[in-house]
Amino acid sequence: MDIQTRTSLRLLLNDRLVELTDVAATQTLLDFLRLDRRLRGTKEGCAEGDCGACTVLIGRLTHGQLTYESVNACIRFVGSLDACHVVTVEALAAADGTLHPVQQAMVDTHASQCGFCTPGFVMSLYGLWMHNPSPAVRDIEKALQGNLCRCTGYAAIIRAAQSVSARNAGHDPLVAERARVIEQLQALKDGRRVDIGEGKQRFILPADVDDFAAVLDANPGATIVAGSTDVGLWVTKFMREIGPIIFTSHLDGLRRITADDSGLTLGAGVSYTDAYPAISEHFPQLSELWNRIGGEQVRNMGTIGGNVANGSPIGDTPPALIALGASVRLRKGPNRRTVPMEKYFIDYGKQDRVPGEFVEAIHIPALKPGELFAVYKISKRLDEDISSVCGAFKALLDTAGKVQAATIAFGGMAGTPKRAAAVEEVLTGASWDDATIERAMAAFTADFTPLTDWRASADYRLLTARNLLRRFHLETTGEDNIRLNRYAAVAG
Amino acid sequence: MNSIQPMARIKGGVHEQQPHESGHKHVSGSAEYIDDMPEPADTLHAYLGLSQRAHADIVSIDFEAVRACPGVIGVLTVDDIPGHNDVSPAGKHDDPVFAVGKVEFHGQPMFAVIAETRQIARNAAAKVRVEYRDLEHAIDVLDAEKAGYPLVIDPLKLERGDIAEGLAKATNRLSGEMRIGGQDHFYLEGHIAFAMPGEDDEVTVYSSTQHPSETQHMVGHVLGVPANAVTVNVRRMGGGFGGKETQANLFAAVAAVAAKKYKRAVKIRPDRDDDMVATGKRHDFHVAYELGFDDDGRIEAVDATFSARCGFSADLSGPVTDRALFHADNCYFYPNVRLRSRPLKTNTVSNTAFRGFGGPQGMVGGERMIEDIAYALGKDPLEIRKANFYGDAGRNVTPYHQTVEDNIIPQIVAELEASSDYAARREAVLAFNRDSRIIRRGIALTPVKFGISFTKTEYNQAGALVHVYSDGSIHLNHGGTEMGQGLYTKVAQVVADEFQVDLDRVKVTATTTAKVPNTSATAASSGSDLNGMAAANAAQQIKARLVDFAAEHYAVAKSEVFFEPNAVRAGNRLIPFPDFIRTAYGARVQLSAAGFYKTPKIHWNRAEGRGRPFYYFAYGASVSEVSIDTLTGEYQVDRTDILHDVGKSLNPALDLGQVEGAFVQGMGWLTTEELWWDAKGRLRTHAPSTYKIPLASDRPRQFNVELATWSINREETIRRSKAVGEPPFMLAISVLEAISMAVASVADYRVAPRLDAPATPERVLMAVERLRAARNGK
Repeated sequence: MDIQTRTSLRLLLNDRLVELTDVAATQTLLDFLRLDRRLRGTKEGCAEGDCGACTVLIGRLTHGQLTYESVNACIRFVGSLDACHVVTVEALAAADGTLHPVQQAMVDTHASQCGFCTPGFVMSLYGLWMHNPSPAVRDIEKALQGNLCRCTGYAAIIRAAQSVSARNAGHDPLVAERARVIEQLQALKDGRRVDIGEGKQRFILPADVDDFAAVLDANPGATIVAGSTDVGLWVTKFMREIGPIIFTSHLDGLRRITADDSGLTLGAGVSYTDAYPAISEHFPQLSELWNRIGGEQVRNMGTIGGNVANGSPIGDTPPALIALGASVRLRKGPNRRTVPMEKYFIDYGKQDRVPGEFVEAIHIPALKPGELFAVYKISKRLDEDISSVCGAFKALLDTAGKVQAATIAFGGMAGTPKRAAAVEEVLTGASWDDATIERAMAAFTADFTPLTDWRASADYRLLTARNLLRRFHLETTGEDNIRLNRYAAVAG
Repeated sequence: MNSIQPMARIKGGVHEQQPHESGHKHVSGSAEYIDDMPEPADTLHAYLGLSQRAHADIVSIDFEAVRACPGVIGVLTVDDIPGHNDVSPAGKHDDPVFAVGKVEFHGQPMFAVIAETRQIARNAAAKVRVEYRDLEHAIDVLDAEKAGYPLVIDPLKLERGDIAEGLAKATNRLSGEMRIGGQDHFYLEGHIAFAMPGEDDEVTVYSSTQHPSETQHMVGHVLGVPANAVTVNVRRMGGGFGGKETQANLFAAVAAVAAKKYKRAVKIRPDRDDDMVATGKRHDFHVAYELGFDDDGRIEAVDATFSARCGFSADLSGPVTDRALFHADNCYFYPNVRLRSRPLKTNTVSNTAFRGFGGPQGMVGGERMIEDIAYALGKDPLEIRKANFYGDAGRNVTPYHQTVEDNIIPQIVAELEASSDYAARREAVLAFNRDSRIIRRGIALTPVKFGISFTKTEYNQAGALVHVYSDGSIHLNHGGTEMGQGLYTKVAQVVADEFQVDLDRVKVTATTTAKVPNTSATAASSGSDLNGMAAANAAQQIKARLVDFAAEHYAVAKSEVFFEPNAVRAGNRLIPFPDFIRTAYGARVQLSAAGFYKTPKIHWNRAEGRGRPFYYFAYGASVSEVSIDTLTGEYQVDRTDILHDVGKSLNPALDLGQVEGAFVQGMGWLTTEELWWDAKGRLRTHAPSTYKIPLASDRPRQFNVELATWSINREETIRRSKAVGEPPFMLAISVLEAISMAVASVADYRVAPRLDAPATPERVLMAVERLRAARNGK
């Protein structure tokens, strides 16, 4: 089938249709809003997706459904937003200035001080309120993991979020206009390839996954950008030229989730947020880790495929996925191959992916009956932090209580996410008891020579890695209450 | 006769919960920060070029590649500075705008690129080629001491009693040391300045500054023009916390120099990472102490040295290290004491003001001494605290010879101890730890006494300007700046209350050096104390004229003229306020006044270490309970209870926000916020991805915050309120000490954990390991 090409980008910005023909590949949404459109309610706090001052909502039709999600405008590229609805803080209040209930709640509970982070908090809470009008404290905290406030200590903001549900929903632009927005976005989704600009400034939104494969094969030097939670920083922090760019976040075909007896298959474009229901159903041991990846905005943008493809030495999901025996399906043009994830990471900054090839899907095999599994993320700050050490443990015991098989993988301990082969060897065939654990803990030095950096010292990393094995053993042998429970004392 | 009835009271007077004056604008994105202002069409953008070495001679700089970038207008170097290449607030001439010949920290500004867009300027600045000749560098305070680095400013010594004899005769003695980390301000709005060239030598600068008058003088100094040529404006900052007390000056100066050179508006805004690398932070400290105490834990002598990483220049390190010493006693009487500061030069960014201004570091040191005594004697640290509180004559003089006249800490602590059920909960924690293999808990109650006033006496003055327009609307301007603390709201409440009009009749306008001159930094928690009094004074001047007018016009005695809610009563007449003002205007009454205030009673002789530097003290206390994981060092704050003294609050809602916010910010300082330099002297925690301030999910799982509503300032402050900005920051010390206790449990509380700050999970786990080894006799 011939792919038709369009040379303009079309999106909704608040209540307006915007058509752009001259837009740079790396134009960030934040600069577009602030400099081009003079919408200056959205703030720049960090330009790296960590503070949330630039939070806006993006509405998109996925598989025909309109959903709005909070994102960081600072690391989101405008080019990725074809057929999306961008909603900024300016859109919330009514035309007569009447504040939206989320906004009024923030005023009434004295939840703003300097006010600079406030529009971002408003947008995050608005995004939460749309999905969950009566959130519990844990839901609010989760929705705000990606928003930093330096003034209030957050207590007043939590009070605001809790009081929204008691208010009259009043005027809500997205509720009132929902049908019209769906209609408009459907009209914008014309199935064409978008191809704008020349040379380094060129960017392409392929029409579908096959078109993506073809476009990438023809432009193997292009940078693939999915959620841009990592690549965004290449531009905003490292000032790298990354064009031409191929955007993939619009591709429904990469956002498929399939579960069957063999396990779970996640399309490379599945966001952490999209994956969460399936992950928590099939691998409940991953739920906590999942909820501690980035902040809500990053989870809404970031993809499993991007997380694996870029090969961070720490990685949010790879240690767990390696321990689970996950595999990576790669595609180049029409050709596909599958590699075990642990083989995909070759060395620091080097992955088993050739130019023109892309990660199409991740397959996670189901746990076998009786298989023990846990993943532990250790970080300086509990939420929205990169792990200093992340350990994932899978073990199968035989009826005699001996370890039949053990798969252990760590992030933050080497140049890549890596198996603890020597530790596994000690465990395999041994009794699942304290003595074995002691011996296995001693084997860590054979597997890892971690580095000292700002996240942790080598000594701490090694000690903690060992202690996590201890924790795994304790938790799988009936010791309860050996982990901090942050919600034990929190209502809701 | 007029038929209106007086309202019971005005809306928005003092002591009332009023929303922040900009709250509705914050939430709707319409509050304008400097980067949000509409720019003139030909606005240029400046971007700083920063040193890539911690300490080096600059052999050569090649700007060819910079200038070659399309859109670059020029490069600003020291040669473009018409006045002085200096923004030293200490007057030491050690703070160049652009480093010349030598760089003294990694991230030091060397030049600025001026371009058509910020992005062009930023990209171009990175293309500079600099040849350096590396010199030895000292990053850490102890390394600097060892390398014989100089002090950036004269140290301070506070001494009372006989330290040698006090220690010699002490029943028990111990010595210790502690490291206390610094802190980045992480104001959400980074530094920014926007300069507009004017006629002749004039320039107007919009600056995110806490100290517009100093910014004005620094811009004048750098441009080589008098202060009357420079106007500095600031409507609001997106957070300051001390980080914009002096650090805004360099940005303002660069924007102003470029604006004058190119005769175009120039804006400068560093990226977050550059902001964190190139601007000063809270001082890191090393504290070494020797103590004498009796068997009840009563302190007999304290000899302590507070060494601070000051960075490459003096900046505010003198008064910061002074304030550390002023707070090393916290709430405790030291019969014999010697406290010394060591403000050391290092090859790091010059450290600066940060909420508490050295006081928190001094107080953490003082509380560590208490903790040490408690572990040495095997007692509850709270018992040691109570035994050492300031008391009656004979036990009420500070190390700087000021008598503590307003001590309410025993009452605060007693109330909090009861309301938080401290004793029972401590027992429960001890019981829990006996049975828990991995998770351990700790609980601590720590008090705060914080001295209010600038120790630089001349700063304790303020001005305000009040206009009453002929329609009865009121324009208020004062020398304080709004950085989120609600100062504009509080001062407006004071003025509304003076005139007895509803708050919405009073508009506070942007702080500008053109309306109120010679202002002090909005710092040292002094904003509402100083500016509230100055504004009240202005209003009172106008009221006095209005009373004279009313007495004459309505032929009543002055004693029969009253300002009632939204009306003025003259004898039997009740005239609505706008009508009354219109009549007064018609009678040619001057309806504008400049108010002034200076804090009474204070004096300070630094050379002798003696005086009354503080007008009064603010008090508070907190109890925190934490859990730690002894396998990983992870922890959480399970509960915090706070009782804090703000005198008779001007606005309890805003004060509560200050207390909650300060506590969480202090908790971040003592737990997860870690400044980490590598061997090359590069700060590697320079963005929120690596530098971790608290999140919503880090705040205490239960957080009970109360104001001591019974407290009334003994001194005649504005409506008997107390300053609130800094004191509650130090309530967070209870978290550090609670973590300490949880750690101590692994060695049966017999070894002082000596946990350094920030108590990252790593430090906690390493302390657990250390104590286990000590218990096992290794």
